[in-house]
Amino acid sequence: MQTISYKKATPVFTEEMKSTYKILIPNMLPYHFEILCEIFRQKGYDIEVLTTEDRAIIDEALKHVHNDTCYPALCVIGQFIDALKSGKYDPDKTAVLITQSGGGCRASNYVPLLRRALSAEFPQVPVLSLNFSGLEKGNGLEVDLKTLLKLAYGIFYADAVMSLYNQCKPYEKIVGQTEQVRDECIAYVKSTLCGRKCRKYKTIVKKLLVAFSKIERTNEKKVKVGIVGEIYVKYSPLANSGLEKFLYAENCEPVVPALMDFVMYCIVNNINDAKLYNHNKLVAFAYNLVYKHLLKVQRKVIRMFQETGFEPPHDFEELRRLADKVLHQGVKMGEGWLIPAEMLALYESGTENIVCAQPFGCLPNHIVGKGAARAVKALHEDVNIVPIDYDPSATKVNQENRLKLMLATARERLEEKNAGKKI
Amino acid sequence: MCYNINNFINFILEKVITMANFLGIDVGSTTVKMTIVESETKKIVYSSYERHFSRVKECVLAGLEKVRQAYPNLRFKTAITGSAGLGLAQKSGVHFVQEVQAAFVAIKKYYADADVAVELGGEDAKIIFLTGGTEQRMNGSCAGGTGAFLDQMATLLNVNVQEMDELALQAEKVYPIASRCGVFAKSDVQPLINQGAAKADIAASIFQAVVEQTVSGLAQGRKIKGKVLFLGGPLYFSKALRKAFVTTLGLDSEHAIFPENAPIFISVGAALSAKAETEYSAEELQQKIASAKASDEVARGEALFKNREEYEEFVARHKRSDLQFADIRTYQGNAYLGIDSGSTTTKLMLITEDCRVLYSHYQANNGQPLDIVVERLKEMYALCGSGVNVCAGAVTGYGEDMMKSALKMDFGIVETVAHFKAALHFNPKVDFIIDIGGQDIKCFKVKNGAIDSIMLNEACSSGCGSFIQTFAKAMDMDVESFARLGLFAPAPVELGSRCTVFMNSAVKQAQKEGASVEDISAGLSSSIVKNAVYKVIRARTPEELGEHIVVQGGTFMNDAVLRSFEKETGKEVVRPAIAGLMGAFGAAIYAKENAVNKQSSMLSKELLETFTYTSKCAVCHGCTSHCNINILTFEDGSKYVSGNKCERGAGQKPQSGDWNIYEYKYNRLLACADEKDGGRATTNGEKTWTVGIPLQLITFEQFPLWSAFFKALGCKVVVSDKSNRELYFRGQHTVASDTVCYPAKLMHGHIESLLDKGVDFVFYPSESYNLDEHASINHYNCPIVAYYGELLKANNERLNETNFLSPYVDLNERASTVRNLHKSFQGKFTKKAIDRALDMGFSALAEYHKDIVKKSDEILEKARAEKKPIVVLTGRPYHADPEINHGIGKLLNSLGIAVLCEDGVCEKAPLVEVNVLNQWTYHARMYRAAEYVCRQKDMQLVQLVSFGCGIDAITTDEIRAIMEENGKLYTQIKIDEINNLGVVKIRLRSMLAAVTEQEKGAKYDANNQL
Repeated sequence: MQTISYKKATPVFTEEMKSTYKILIPNMLPYHFEILCEIFRQKGYDIEVLTTEDRAIIDEALKHVHNDTCYPALCVIGQFIDALKSGKYDPDKTAVLITQSGGGCRASNYVPLLRRALSAEFPQVPVLSLNFSGLEKGNGLEVDLKTLLKLAYGIFYADAVMSLYNQCKPYEKIVGQTEQVRDECIAYVKSTLCGRKCRKYKTIVKKLLVAFSKIERTNEKKVKVGIVGEIYVKYSPLANSGLEKFLYAENCEPVVPALMDFVMYCIVNNINDAKLYNHNKLVAFAYNLVYKHLLKVQRKVIRMFQETGFEPPHDFEELRRLADKVLHQGVKMGEGWLIPAEMLALYESGTENIVCAQPFGCLPNHIVGKGAARAVKALHEDVNIVPIDYDPSATKVNQENRLKLMLATARERLEEKNAGKKI
Repeated sequence: MCYNINNFINFILEKVITMANFLGIDVGSTTVKMTIVESETKKIVYSSYERHFSRVKECVLAGLEKVRQAYPNLRFKTAITGSAGLGLAQKSGVHFVQEVQAAFVAIKKYYADADVAVELGGEDAKIIFLTGGTEQRMNGSCAGGTGAFLDQMATLLNVNVQEMDELALQAEKVYPIASRCGVFAKSDVQPLINQGAAKADIAASIFQAVVEQTVSGLAQGRKIKGKVLFLGGPLYFSKALRKAFVTTLGLDSEHAIFPENAPIFISVGAALSAKAETEYSAEELQQKIASAKASDEVARGEALFKNREEYEEFVARHKRSDLQFADIRTYQGNAYLGIDSGSTTTKLMLITEDCRVLYSHYQANNGQPLDIVVERLKEMYALCGSGVNVCAGAVTGYGEDMMKSALKMDFGIVETVAHFKAALHFNPKVDFIIDIGGQDIKCFKVKNGAIDSIMLNEACSSGCGSFIQTFAKAMDMDVESFARLGLFAPAPVELGSRCTVFMNSAVKQAQKEGASVEDISAGLSSSIVKNAVYKVIRARTPEELGEHIVVQGGTFMNDAVLRSFEKETGKEVVRPAIAGLMGAFGAAIYAKENAVNKQSSMLSKELLETFTYTSKCAVCHGCTSHCNINILTFEDGSKYVSGNKCERGAGQKPQSGDWNIYEYKYNRLLACADEKDGGRATTNGEKTWTVGIPLQLITFEQFPLWSAFFKALGCKVVVSDKSNRELYFRGQHTVASDTVCYPAKLMHGHIESLLDKGVDFVFYPSESYNLDEHASINHYNCPIVAYYGELLKANNERLNETNFLSPYVDLNERASTVRNLHKSFQGKFTKKAIDRALDMGFSALAEYHKDIVKKSDEILEKARAEKKPIVVLTGRPYHADPEINHGIGKLLNSLGIAVLCEDGVCEKAPLVEVNVLNQWTYHARMYRAAEYVCRQKDMQLVQLVSFGCGIDAITTDEIRAIMEENGKLYTQIKIDEINNLGVVKIRLRSMLAAVTEQEKGAKYDANNQL
């Protein structure tokens, strides 16, 4: 059949650019991205994570992106344009990179949206896509199997650092000690990424655990608050108005589920599709191998956490089992079944208070966030979930007031519990 | 020793006194409440209630001063609560309690037997369930159903809240009003006002809307029963609201409790929650509050003018665009009248042959536009000297048809044409026009002397212009002086641009953080402009706007808005001194240009003197829509009907459905439910299952498939009731998310209707993938369509594993589909039977698609034979539901246009490669339909977009790009539960007018080349 193309030519990231271009990436998870970037740096890319957080970012986004587009897209695109305009980077020698999931959610359209936004003022800047769905061929970073494996380990380590930091920071006796340990650990993890050393996950995780367990901590009982939601808003301080910081200031312990959960969720969706709809079984077989390996590592990490007395990451098979209680694992767009699964896992591991962070009007979240909260509550009456919408025009007072309501209930319950124990 | 004893006595005394007193300070979005509670007796010994007019700190300090004077020596355990108290507490270090929590504490203390508490505040609405599993709920980010909402609505009715309350008590009927958001409600209320519905009825409808929002939106299915406690200002002060709540919930006086101290109730809770750590004397508190610093958390923008000189240069530049005047009393010669009958204001202008102004008038129409025009015309004629000969008159705007039939005007023209005519007068080279009125924002680009593209705001961002006026009123200022304050504001605050509801709450936050009125005024102006620039125009660079920009509309009379626009776009623009009257001026020019024999058909001065009419409200029973119509009868017996969706209401024969594929499509789908070709009785005595299929979302277009499928399995197929507002209300209590699209919300009603019909099970498949039509790189459904079954299951208590089946299937893969269906039916049917039934289903679906294409071809052929213009109305299949499209197809027909749909034409187009990821089946059809329309001279495209559709934020830009690349107009219509066909009509007529102009231009070009 005849095809007519409306596709505009866009700059391509060529082999030569690798050595001469700087690649910018948005800030979603500060420690993770720092570690993952190191892997690409070693491959010769000049990568920089943007850490800007000023209001101009949103203003740029509103100017360049359809205002009904979801908040994460606005944040990411705005951050790039703001950076390119800052004068810090030479637009003729800079490329930008974002990940692309390739699912049925509109998030897989961030790359084209970014291109359109840049075309007005920075048409020369190439947009790179980091995806594992075969989209945008020839316009991504080269990711061979070895790199892939490194990335996976990197995520495990970053997850461990994030979780340990969150578990120590609220209880540290010497102010600032946790940050210090965290920085040392990140430096250490980065140093292992050279060559094959990074695969020695037992040694590396052990080291991290030992380092963090040296932090002197109080025995105080603090309110634990889990954060689930749309992947970007859940993690990025730019998008969630510094939710973790807010929780620290409120004297709480934030519990942030691992990024690896999302990676495994994406992998499992492919396996599920094959099982449900007889989709490509060979691909599924390969995914299954990867999944099995990741699960093995994850379970070992869990055991090591338990042995040191830290709250471990969630076992992914357990997450799947929990998801089944609320909805079908066929719900695979956006964060899909992972959100209710994490809500339940948090609840069962003693974090009954949960913030579901989502962009205003997020499509999958209608179903798996607000929509599923009721089903989770039906299972556990005392789970304390608050959905918070993030949007360029939402006021902070409105958000914080709802968080405060959740915290008030949380504190009351904690007091009741403590009182109960004393008796 | 002595010293020690003294010390000890003091200590004891202090202890006793401090033990005895708690102070609660509740700082809400509009008021400050203070209460002192004695700790022993829990008696309320002191309380105060003050409006703070956003001067939070001052108001709290004044309140504390009163406390200090009354109790100079006491110390108080203190806690602050309330949305505006949050910042104050943080900065002063006083203990903070969340207000719902505070309410909870107080309820437990004083009303231990209450089951539910409903609290409505200025901006927040809350429900606390106390028994049967405590639960505390707050409204989401949209502030529907709160005090702010009531204020807004009262302003719209031109009364204060108290008057609105009194009015409501005399109501006779209630209209349905969208309650989830003030902007939407306004879209429902404005037409009612314009149609002349009784104010009392509208007022009652508004209060009822608040109740609906609370009962269904906030409680979300959880029943409000038992002893119900009603708290908060609005519920205390408004009798009508209380009545509406009590009636709706069916409560008797024993079960509906309205505490005497409702307004201060939360502050009592705060007092009781006060901790020992924060214990102060009133004086200490004053110091603490006074020293609380304003935070720098409010985002700030640049000042509008650097200095006085810059401002003066600006004023001088805009002075140049003025009209000349002529004296109406002495003028001799021909004159032309223009009337712009807008939704909220009425504008008149009388001009001379050389466009000098003889008479002009601008006035809010207060729901009586016709009376105002008649009055003003009388005044005008009275002023006229004998030499003035009014040759012709044209009318434009919402009230066009009414004015035309009442006053026998010579011409009725579309607003865009009027505005364009007027702009041309000020700059013949004009290539971009933007009009910001009170309610709407309109922009158009001009190319080759014709309107090239039109951009209008959607419902969500309407009312920006009048917002500034409402706000000024609230600050006790007229809009001019309020706007002037902003001109030299040093650091305008950023107030966001999503909608007026969000802006309102941003303003309040800014005020609480100590922003000055000047900075807020400037911030508001800039927000309005940002809304226009980012959401309506959507130009990425100033160059796209053009070189010769004319700005107009009442809102641009505000210098701060004008300046913000120039700053935001980086362009110098022309603002005519009559910016607010451009519609009327344009209409007058049109009348001048088109006057044939200098003899106007308008009512003469004499006839006007005796002009009277009667107005009557009625319900049209022409079809199932049951439109609320308003009939005006004039002296000569002629009638004018408004509020009707089709000609039937006006007593005319409607256009036949033969021109409207949407009507055909809907009827064709409904026909699939017919008994005759299915439901073969099972011979072996097996049970005949009754299957309910909701005609919505995925099972809308796939209805032929599943209907035939179940019939082939020997089942009885029951289709859900037709969509309408009542059906929506029936399911509203199970809607989980306020911001989901209307088709999804309607789904809840469809499910209820099926359950009420007593089906054995409801079937709604979960399909991540739609059918692969090989026109896109993937063939997903949107997340809502794909997984709505999960949401229904989780939120409707009537559904369970056996009466609601939503198997996961990928219809492109037969084996797994059979397997998954079989599993889901739990042994009701064999795999073989399922497989065979699927064959029947697929062929029924193919048949349906074939019929749609066939009918499209028929309409096309006939339209071309009759030289009718054609519009391809493109959207999702379920937009064919008349409750979702609000009869836009019919409306197009009534304008003489044939209507096709995307799936009727898309296969005639080649495959289309687009810039975005083309991965949704339904959306891929739209790209191809767009490509097809571009190749057809006599066709236009109109895209229907559901409010809240995230994916269409992507497709609209792409389709617009396709259309514009081919030199075609792009028109988008956003639809939601509100029905505002008036706006849609203007938009469609503007499009048609632009097309005609373009064609004229093209002919002109062609002739010139010859």
